[in-house]
Amino acid sequence: MLFQLENLTYQYEGVTAIDDLSLAIPEGSRVALLGANGSGKSTLLRLLDGLIYAQSGTIRFCGAEISDEHLLDDVFALAFRRSVGIVFQNPDVQLFNPTVFDEVAFGPLQLRWGKDDVRDRVDQILDRLRIDHLRNRVPQRLSGGEKKRVALASVLVLDPAVLLLDEPTAALDPRSQSEMIDLMIEWSGGEKSVITATHDLGGLEIIADQCFVLDAGKLVAEGRPADILANVDLLRQTNLIHAQRHGHRGRMFHSHSHLHPISLN
Amino acid sequence: MSDFHPSTRGGFLENTLQGLHSAMERALSAETAAENNGVLQSLDARVKVAGLLAMVITAALSAKLRVTGAILILAVLLAALSRISLRTLAARAWLGALVFSGLIAIPAVFLTPGAAVLGSPMTVQGIRAGSFLVLRAVTAATLIFLLGYTTPWSHILKALRIFRVPVVFVLILGMTIRYIVLLLETAHDLFQSRSSRRVNRPTPAENRRLAITSSGVLLTKSLHLSGEVYQAMVSRGFRGEVYLLDDFEMRARDWIAAGAFATLAAASLLLGR
Repeated sequence: MLFQLENLTYQYEGVTAIDDLSLAIPEGSRVALLGANGSGKSTLLRLLDGLIYAQSGTIRFCGAEISDEHLLDDVFALAFRRSVGIVFQNPDVQLFNPTVFDEVAFGPLQLRWGKDDVRDRVDQILDRLRIDHLRNRVPQRLSGGEKKRVALASVLVLDPAVLLLDEPTAALDPRSQSEMIDLMIEWSGGEKSVITATHDLGGLEIIADQCFVLDAGKLVAEGRPADILANVDLLRQTNLIHAQRHGHRGRMFHSHSHLHPISLN
Repeated sequence: MSDFHPSTRGGFLENTLQGLHSAMERALSAETAAENNGVLQSLDARVKVAGLLAMVITAALSAKLRVTGAILILAVLLAALSRISLRTLAARAWLGALVFSGLIAIPAVFLTPGAAVLGSPMTVQGIRAGSFLVLRAVTAATLIFLLGYTTPWSHILKALRIFRVPVVFVLILGMTIRYIVLLLETAHDLFQSRSSRRVNRPTPAENRRLAITSSGVLLTKSLHLSGEVYQAMVSRGFRGEVYLLDDFEMRARDWIAAGAFATLAAASLLLGR
């Protein structure tokens, strides 16, 4: 198993974000963590990346426990950081270097790669994500879509085995959303593990083979995307769909639950 | 009758914030200026940092007005060769330097003991002391402006490494600049959102209350942001020690410029004694 979570509980200042959660994610799988705002998706991603630690329960990555104690060990920590990458929802938190080139080079440098290797690898990833023209740009002069791409490049440069994505298409225009999904599909190539936290059901069947639905930090359902999408009661109960009021030819206004589909190239 | 005032004037806080926001936009336009082809723009950042700072020091140490004046003329010449107009130079560098140093220099013109000028309360020694102060301030402001205007701040930060500034300090300085800009944008949005819902001009007490609540919101946001930035660093392998790339490369013209700066600094020191 890639990740094995057992009875995980995490609280923020007394508020339970993850509540006695147990689940297993196999290697090479593409997983979607579904849930409305505040359901615990982002917290779970941070727990999976060893950025915060649960008050109770365990997380195992390829059999090894992810804990504060284990991540103090340089060898384990560097191997883990090399294997698991996370792209945050807000790209601004991830763009703390003076230029795009420095940003993408930051990860490999901290993992002690040779400087020539770093330059080559950064050049490759900038080219692959079609952001080579931004290499000397300062972060505040990037558009929202460009920031997301740079944040993704800063993680993909490490070629991690597992990619954790927190709302990768949030606040992007439809074209940028589509391009972002294309990039993820192209990168994973069916071999890498991609765990995406999202409440956007459009394109779900394209980005995931397996879904976990969270509600108030609890696992309320799991299954294949088609099965989850067919369960309208579950989606309504977890606030993943809502009733949309609209009219036909300007008359006969009525409302019904609906999804927001995403157009893909 | 309604007491609605469609005021465009804000309070002290909003004006200050507006000023800071403008300064930020100027900083961004400096980034664009740094991309223009010009003499200073084409030089290695390390040469510029070391060379221009050396000129600032020699201008400050010079005991002769004509030497400091020559350095100022040279700086103006460098600005012209770097496609910076006199107007930009005057507005961005000279105006502030003249106002602040002038305010300090004016009393010296009258208070410094010495020979009176044409029976006025001014003294020759006072005028000389005042001129030194103003000229040094204007020269230093011009040289520093040239550095900031022709060099992306990311390069200036990296160039600090030649002065043995610790890498972690360089990183923190860079992050500080980066996130000050971001928080300034947030503060700007905060005030704009408040202005959009305001009918009357706020009273001083309301302004003070707003300043306090806005500071609280910004502090909370900055704390949250710093926590997330730290997590983003850790997730990419940060373990307390920072490793950065030094990708500067000295070319022939950089060596020539370094030599020219060193010669000029030495000559100014000798002639200005």
